[in-house]
Amino acid sequence: MAAYAQIESVTLRFGEKVVLQNCTLEIKERAITCLIGLSGAGKSTILRLLNGLRMPDAGRVTVRGRDLRDLSYRDLIELRQKIGFSFQFAALFDSLTIGDNVAMPLREHTRMSKREIDEIVVQTLDSVGLSGARDRMPSQLSGGMLKRAGFARAIVTNPECVLYDEPTTGLDPIITHVLTDTIKRLRKQLNSTAVVVSHDLGSIYAMADYVAMLFEGAIIAYGTVDELKRSPNPIVQQFLQGSEVGPIPL
Amino acid sequence: MRMLDDVGRGTIGLLDYAGGVATLSAEAGSFIGRLRIRVAETFAQAYFLGVQSSAIVLLTSLFTGMVISLESANQAKSYGASSLVGGAVAYVCSRELGPMLTAVVVAGRAGAAIAAEIGSMVVTEQIEALEALGLSPVQMLVVPRLLALVLMLPLLTIFADIIAILGGMYLAHNTAQISYGEFIQSAREFSAFDDYVKGMLKAAVFGALIAVICCYQGLRVRGGAAGVGKATTAAVVSSIILVFVSNFIMSLIFFGSGTR
Repeated sequence: MAAYAQIESVTLRFGEKVVLQNCTLEIKERAITCLIGLSGAGKSTILRLLNGLRMPDAGRVTVRGRDLRDLSYRDLIELRQKIGFSFQFAALFDSLTIGDNVAMPLREHTRMSKREIDEIVVQTLDSVGLSGARDRMPSQLSGGMLKRAGFARAIVTNPECVLYDEPTTGLDPIITHVLTDTIKRLRKQLNSTAVVVSHDLGSIYAMADYVAMLFEGAIIAYGTVDELKRSPNPIVQQFLQGSEVGPIPL
Repeated sequence: MRMLDDVGRGTIGLLDYAGGVATLSAEAGSFIGRLRIRVAETFAQAYFLGVQSSAIVLLTSLFTGMVISLESANQAKSYGASSLVGGAVAYVCSRELGPMLTAVVVAGRAGAAIAAEIGSMVVTEQIEALEALGLSPVQMLVVPRLLALVLMLPLLTIFADIIAILGGMYLAHNTAQISYGEFIQSAREFSAFDDYVKGMLKAAVFGALIAVICCYQGLRVRGGAAGVGKATTAAVVSSIILVFVSNFIMSLIFFGSGTR
């Protein structure tokens, strides 16, 4: 499988805190890559590096071979239109209806007619199981519905890659199962690449083609789910088993 | 040594703040220069920030005009200078109090709303969501608010001037028996059309300052709900201070020579 994106020896600091230290990761094209690791390990930061919301202090990030730092502002905007981003808390615009939230990228970046946009919005909301929610406000939706509305906004432009930031966190097992299936189905439907940050191992085992584990700002394990389960690294084993005992400091 | 450290940190903080505000202004100006303006959103903001502030602006101006009149009318009458009362009210309101009081009230009401709304959007990742969608928060949020306040503040100021003068006239008539005709004659004599225009110019500058400062404070919110609260307070305080400072500078420029 070819690489869709590469993070090469990236270091990133927020003030004094080093979030990523010499971090290297390859995102395979048309696969679901899951990022796991402790809270605050820098997983969400990696998602933000991939669509240029953050730039590395050192090292480079390439998408389809193009270094994001070499992109002009206009090129970066074009890139972001090709990479959907589903935020941890959906980040829907609370003054707009769900339909308007989903329609926004199409209204802003295409010359489609209102009727065409409406049709696509209805189809997209249908595809995430939210056909009746178009005219509702974000405040009227449950957590699971909000996440799905966030998915809909992320995929409405048929992006070549979708980034999911903790899509199942804080949801019940049934909704978690539904969302995991939705991510898998959308990846196939769009024939796209997906990168998922999650702590939910059950969900990761069900959907991941590749898993990368981040620890202290660097990738310490990478492979398929089976390869990761067989990893001899005690940090990986402690994390996968959710054990208090091991090299990970509490 | 520690004092020097504090002064150094304070200076760097101030320069960082000024640089951030200047960068945001330049970015917003560049969108306006290229006519990348969201007209519907600008009108919506003009209604929310301007029209919905009108009641409180007019009420404040009415009482300000009346209090100036109350303080001056009886005194002036006792010295046989009742013909100066209308002029005093119109002169002070058109040049200074009209634009400044309007700006202070708008900074308190609309400025706080701008900082809190944008700050909440930062905290709930909506600003990042805009950027992730390939949209500019400056174009989407800052430019409409900036234009709305630059347009609405002068309009509010004119209404504030009129209401203050009418309030002053009513009070002068009822407390010092100065006739409406005498009051209006005096107001026309002591204030020129030029004063009202310069007052509106001042108001436009205040509008720009309030919008940029409050948007900037909102955009740099960190730390959840507490951060939004702090940013809102800082936005209102900073913009009111800047209104006073810039008012002094503009008064020096516009009226410094003391001649018309």
